[in-house]
Amino acid sequence: MIRVILPQHLRTLAQVRGDVEIEVNGQATQGSVLDALEARYPMLRGTIRDQITQQRRAFLRFFACEQDLSHEPPDAPLPDAVASGKEPFIVIGAIAGG
Amino acid sequence: MSQVRVLVGTRKGAFILESDGKRERWNVSGPHFAGWEMYHLKGSPADPNRIYASQSSGWFGQIIQRSDDGGKTWLQPGTPPGEQPTPGPPLAASNKFVYDATAETGKPLTTHQWYDGTQHPWEFKRVWHLEPSLTDPDTVYAGVEDAALFRSTDGGKNWHELPGLRGHGTGPKWQPGAGGMCLHTIILDPSNPQRIWIAISAAGAFRTDDGGKTWKPINRGLKSQYIPDPNAEIGHCVHHVAMHPNRPGVLFMQKHWDVMRSNDAGESWQEVSGNLPTDFGFVIDVHAHEPETIYVVPIKSDSEHFVPDGKLRVFRSRTGGNEWAPLTKGLPQSNCFVNVLRDAMAVDSLDKCGVYFGTSGGQVYASADAGDSWAPIVRDLPAVLSVEVQTLG
Repeated sequence: MIRVILPQHLRTLAQVRGDVEIEVNGQATQGSVLDALEARYPMLRGTIRDQITQQRRAFLRFFACEQDLSHEPPDAPLPDAVASGKEPFIVIGAIAGG
Repeated sequence: MSQVRVLVGTRKGAFILESDGKRERWNVSGPHFAGWEMYHLKGSPADPNRIYASQSSGWFGQIIQRSDDGGKTWLQPGTPPGEQPTPGPPLAASNKFVYDATAETGKPLTTHQWYDGTQHPWEFKRVWHLEPSLTDPDTVYAGVEDAALFRSTDGGKNWHELPGLRGHGTGPKWQPGAGGMCLHTIILDPSNPQRIWIAISAAGAFRTDDGGKTWKPINRGLKSQYIPDPNAEIGHCVHHVAMHPNRPGVLFMQKHWDVMRSNDAGESWQEVSGNLPTDFGFVIDVHAHEPETIYVVPIKSDSEHFVPDGKLRVFRSRTGGNEWAPLTKGLPQSNCFVNVLRDAMAVDSLDKCGVYFGTSGGQVYASADAGDSWAPIVRDLPAVLSVEVQTLG
């Protein structure tokens, strides 16, 4: 079970409160976590990464375990603490107002 | 008993304003989609309970929303609230706008002109305008930035470009206006389902006579000093076009500068700015029952986007242009410096015709007497991006 924290607007879209918990098949990576997230909450398709290129939207960042993982490759393993559910994978909007 | 429903898109959410036919007392609901930029909402003429909405964000991109109950509840087409996911790929494609560059349907057009004259990749940014079909609630057109025309025939679940527009030949010369390179105006001809007009900033106006397969620029008579050839076939910053549904050959245009008129479906244009204090502006609309009565809100200039002299004045012409009179009763006539954007004026079809517009200051004004007098429905919304009206009952 992997915990994902979404920004408020995406929680509203997905109609969830608090953390989202998702199951990931195989190794936990940014790509597999986002695949699972979008499969469970298809209304989030295109809001975190581009529907075609699969690239992270420019004003979003990925944090976990007090690290900025935004520029890690999509297939790089996430920290063990994220894979085990101890620490959340955080999707966060760039701090520029909104 | 007649009713009107005013659909207001703002920088921070959508609002729905409803009244009976007297248009004196209003119920206000919202914000819907709080915090998001709501570029446009529009109801289906074939089913007034069907409303489409464009929800967007610089952070999270484009979302399409749809209501089937007059704005009480909303869903993202293809992903109804609470629906359990089915195995396989995610279903939601309602916000998937993919430019068509296949050889079968159009030329593989990938770049347009950037501000500096260089070529720049075509990139989807947002939906500016949604135009539901006049006859089918499930068919709706979307005008997008970077400029292209999309259509859905399944209630907004899936979108497909009409690539003949970008592919007709002048696409590489299109360039963005200050607000981006947006397709902001879509007019469907009620007398001819094959005919559609669209307008793009800053490319100009275009028309198809075969349901969107082929397009041609219709900008003869437009003059724009900010392009190398002021009379060029394309490159004009058309801000909005309006048409009376009973007279589809006559079009009225608010260009960057100049108010224009065409009597031949856009084949040629004549300036009808006449005695306006300034002919820069964004909105233009036509009285519901008088095809020669038109409305504009003059804005001071392209570098000062607010009304001139601190006075909010709608100008009305009863002669199809050239002769204009200011309408000021009920509108602020001092210290007012708001703008009125291109999709932020609409008319209802009651008798007398109601006229509505929204401002960058968050006011939505209504006139229940064709513009003779005005009153604010609401004063303090976020900056208004669009106003549409449904006449019900």
